[in-house]
Amino acid sequence: MRATASCVGLLLLFAWFSPSRALYFHIGETEKKCFIEEIPDETMVIGKYRTQLWDKQTGSFLPATPGLGMHVEIKDPDTKVILSRQYGSDGRFTFTSHTPGEHQICLHSNSTKMALFAGGKLRVHLDIQVGEHTNNYPEIAAKDKLTELQLRVRQLLDQVEQIQKEQNYQRYREERFRMTSESTNQRVLWWSIAQTIILIITAIWQMRHLKSFFEAKKLV
Amino acid sequence: GLVWSFSTWLLVLVQVLLWGWARGSELTFELPDNAKQCFYEDITIGTKCTLEFQVVTGGHYDVDCRLEDPDGTVMYKEMKKQYDSFTFTAAKNGTYKFCFSNEFSTFTHKTVYFDFQVGEDPPLFPNENRVTALTQMESACVSIHEALKSVIDYQTHFRLREAQGRSRAEDLNTRVAFWSIGEAFILLVVSISQVVLLRSFFSDKKTTTTRVGS
Repeated sequence: MRATASCVGLLLLFAWFSPSRALYFHIGETEKKCFIEEIPDETMVIGKYRTQLWDKQTGSFLPATPGLGMHVEIKDPDTKVILSRQYGSDGRFTFTSHTPGEHQICLHSNSTKMALFAGGKLRVHLDIQVGEHTNNYPEIAAKDKLTELQLRVRQLLDQVEQIQKEQNYQRYREERFRMTSESTNQRVLWWSIAQTIILIITAIWQMRHLKSFFEAKKLV
Repeated sequence: GLVWSFSTWLLVLVQVLLWGWARGSELTFELPDNAKQCFYEDITIGTKCTLEFQVVTGGHYDVDCRLEDPDGTVMYKEMKKQYDSFTFTAAKNGTYKFCFSNEFSTFTHKTVYFDFQVGEDPPLFPNENRVTALTQMESACVSIHEALKSVIDYQTHFRLREAQGRSRAEDLNTRVAFWSIGEAFILLVVSISQVVLLRSFFSDKKTTTTRVGS
């Protein structure tokens, strides 16, 4: 019993610190990298990252660097900051969107103290999951005690809910698009009328002015 | 109390660790002009992978894409492509690299979306007795799940194309506004300066003609 409990404990620890087999990319130490997520409202986004610092002596990336932190900043579609926190070199951030649109997730390292190792490179492993991908089905099954069929149906319900939200968002965006097109249409219409009027008025003014000018000069 | 035994919990945990979250990475990022951005992923041999990308905003909506295997052999290379999808099966173990390049562009930033799927989705329910076939209900659920996945995929591509159209429409709108104000201004300036210039020609000639006359 105790052995199994400690085993579970170790595995949980391992889960938190295990190398997540996600995509990775390289950024400069002081560089800021941003990702855009265009999502409908009330959608949950979970991001997990792991950073490794380049070590010039060994010519490879260090497996872990204590003291290296990443600053995560998330902006909503109205460019208002909804999350701005510093995490360690391994971190996990979560947010739920309250307005539909383009959210921006930016990462940069807190590298002022790392300025000694100038020209450094960071390897960032990143995994961002959106909406129904954030659900952890084995966990949900365990918590709600669902059978396999019930779990599958729950997954389908989540997927359909995601599709519904996206369709709603699509309707809102199409409306915006239509408003922009109609505004352009109106502008072109008013501009062409105004231009024609200005042209006629300036032509009349020019002729009258020149006529009176030549009459004054006794040339006409 | 727990319905399951500890061993089942352990199995669940191990499955969660091994498969954990779905191994599909979908990201949208901004690629500045003259820049190149590379992504790497460690893939095991025999895994079926798909790389899909689409340029969302910027310039002529095109980008260069290159996919290399662990030995550096180029598996996929396309220049100035707007949208593409590439499926391959990993022939070697190692780090695969794919890069997006905007080096041909002098001043347009591009926003690029890509979706890199590695392997199949994790099993939903870690079942000890997987030898038994799925019941009709379960296989119906699996087919619905696959169909919904493709619906979500189409939705994503539609959303990206709509974003593209919308960004062009908004550009057009601002351009029309600036153009109309600018044109009206130029028109007024040109017509006034024409009159002023014409007047300046005739004011000199006046003195010479009167002298000739008398």
